[in-house]
Amino acid sequence: MIQARFQLAYPTFALQVDLDLPAHGVTALFGHSGSGKTSLLRCLAGLEKTASGYLNVNGEIWQDKTTFLPTYQRPLGYVFQEANLFPHLSVRQNLEYGLKRIPAAARQIHFEQVVLWLGLTHCLDRKNPLGLSGGEKQRVAMGRALLSSPRLLLMDEPLSGLDEQSKAEIMPYLEQMHRALDIPVIYVSHSLNEVLQLADQIVVLEQGKAIANGPIQTVLTRLDLPLSQREDASSILEATLAFHDQAYQLSRLDFAGGHLWVSQVSAPLGSVVRACVLARDVSLATARPEGSSINNILSGTITEIQVFGAAQLNVSLLLGDSVSLLSRITRLSGDRLGLKVGMQVFVQIKSVSLIL
Amino acid sequence: MFGLDSSDWSAVWLTLKLAALVTFILLLLGIPLAWWLSRGQSWFKGIVGAVVALPLVLPPTVLGFYLLMAMGPSGFLGHFTQHWGLGLLPFTFPGLVLASVCYSLPFVVQPLQTSFSAISQRSLETAATLRASPLDTFFSVVLPMARPGILSAAILGFTHTVGEFGVILMIGGNIPGQTRVLSVQIYDYVEAMEYSKAHHLSAAMLLFSFCLLWLIYGLNRQKTA
Repeated sequence: MIQARFQLAYPTFALQVDLDLPAHGVTALFGHSGSGKTSLLRCLAGLEKTASGYLNVNGEIWQDKTTFLPTYQRPLGYVFQEANLFPHLSVRQNLEYGLKRIPAAARQIHFEQVVLWLGLTHCLDRKNPLGLSGGEKQRVAMGRALLSSPRLLLMDEPLSGLDEQSKAEIMPYLEQMHRALDIPVIYVSHSLNEVLQLADQIVVLEQGKAIANGPIQTVLTRLDLPLSQREDASSILEATLAFHDQAYQLSRLDFAGGHLWVSQVSAPLGSVVRACVLARDVSLATARPEGSSINNILSGTITEIQVFGAAQLNVSLLLGDSVSLLSRITRLSGDRLGLKVGMQVFVQIKSVSLIL
Repeated sequence: MFGLDSSDWSAVWLTLKLAALVTFILLLLGIPLAWWLSRGQSWFKGIVGAVVALPLVLPPTVLGFYLLMAMGPSGFLGHFTQHWGLGLLPFTFPGLVLASVCYSLPFVVQPLQTSFSAISQRSLETAATLRASPLDTFFSVVLPMARPGILSAAILGFTHTVGEFGVILMIGGNIPGQTRVLSVQIYDYVEAMEYSKAHHLSAAMLLFSFCLLWLIYGLNRQKTA
């Protein structure tokens, strides 16, 4: 468990948070620019020396009234927006910079392992790291942080400085990382897409305050929080790959609220898959639709209805006992169907994007 | 050799010894000073910066005059050196070293300060997140990244000391083997209308300076390329 309480005054706003964060998985700090997410990350790293507060990481006090562990004594890794590679060191020396500074007994992540995993073998002996591509540089920066065997990994929008191609190149590494390594990651982002792909837990920041902190599935679908108020509002279904239908080239995903058919997934049965569903791709019906081309028709209960903009409604649904899903339909449809809280409805999902 | 006599060689040797020693002291002194000037947040910084830069604008004779006063029997440095049994500094080699250090200080501190300022705070923070203590960061990140600045500071400090004349004459006078450096020797030749001797010495000096700079810049380019 990571307990973080910070107060930090800026000319334009004040950061004031009191958070309990899980000590495993990926926690996203999400918010607009200027919401204080980078400041919070810097407080966790001890880079904001004027921040007052309390920080306890798995029982170790990093900061309280009398203690302020300087950054270099905190066993953390930090990946900045820019790679910040040291220009006077080769790629290999950059990777080894943190590794050399921890006692051999504390080294839990091995050099060869990281190099292989991040695909850096070809450029290890490059004298000048500034000649690498943007994606390669950021991979070196990630590897360098990991090689210091951190017990907490802090990432400040590591993809934001990259072009689409480099982003796509790095994303799989980030996705694998939190599965492969048992290091809690705190990931700052303003991109919903990245958060949907990576985060297990999410903290939503607004003007220096945390307005939500919880599992991503819950926070996404709460109608009183800003994530449900976006054009691209989405829900996440955690599912298990249960069956491959060779004849139709489809795969079946089972989750607590039913199952989904998707285009064939190239992963072994039993894999955990995250399905993202845009609210606007979810339509509702009061009777089971007959003669529909849509394969994914589930049943659910309406838990909340909210007017969204002039013409639309946000409807939150419960599938099974515990899975929440967002739907966005027109106000006209809502009135036509007489939708009310507590009603059983059929839920049609037009499309799903999968994250393996 | 090169048409130089033994008194010329003694002046050359003395000049090189002085310049090397002064450069060494200036780097030792200038690196922490320039680091503090580029990073420190004290209100005191402005005053120190101005004092360091003074020799840039002061006529060497003014600086030399005050140094002479300070090192003399009734000056504060003079009291100090006499108290410790070191005698008086004017007209001695150590006196020259001290005066040259004062005079060449801004030529070393300013390039250092410029190159230290160019190192981003982010680089230092990155090192800290990789477990490097501030001192470790200074040696493993700051100094290597400031290498070109340190090299130009050393060159400027060295050549400026070699070429110095006014302060030397004020402090050191003209004692062969002790304080008679090249610039003074050349001046003496010109005063005595011995133009050919002055010419030999000046040409040798010119050639030497050129070769030194060529070598250093060449090495630096090779390293950075």
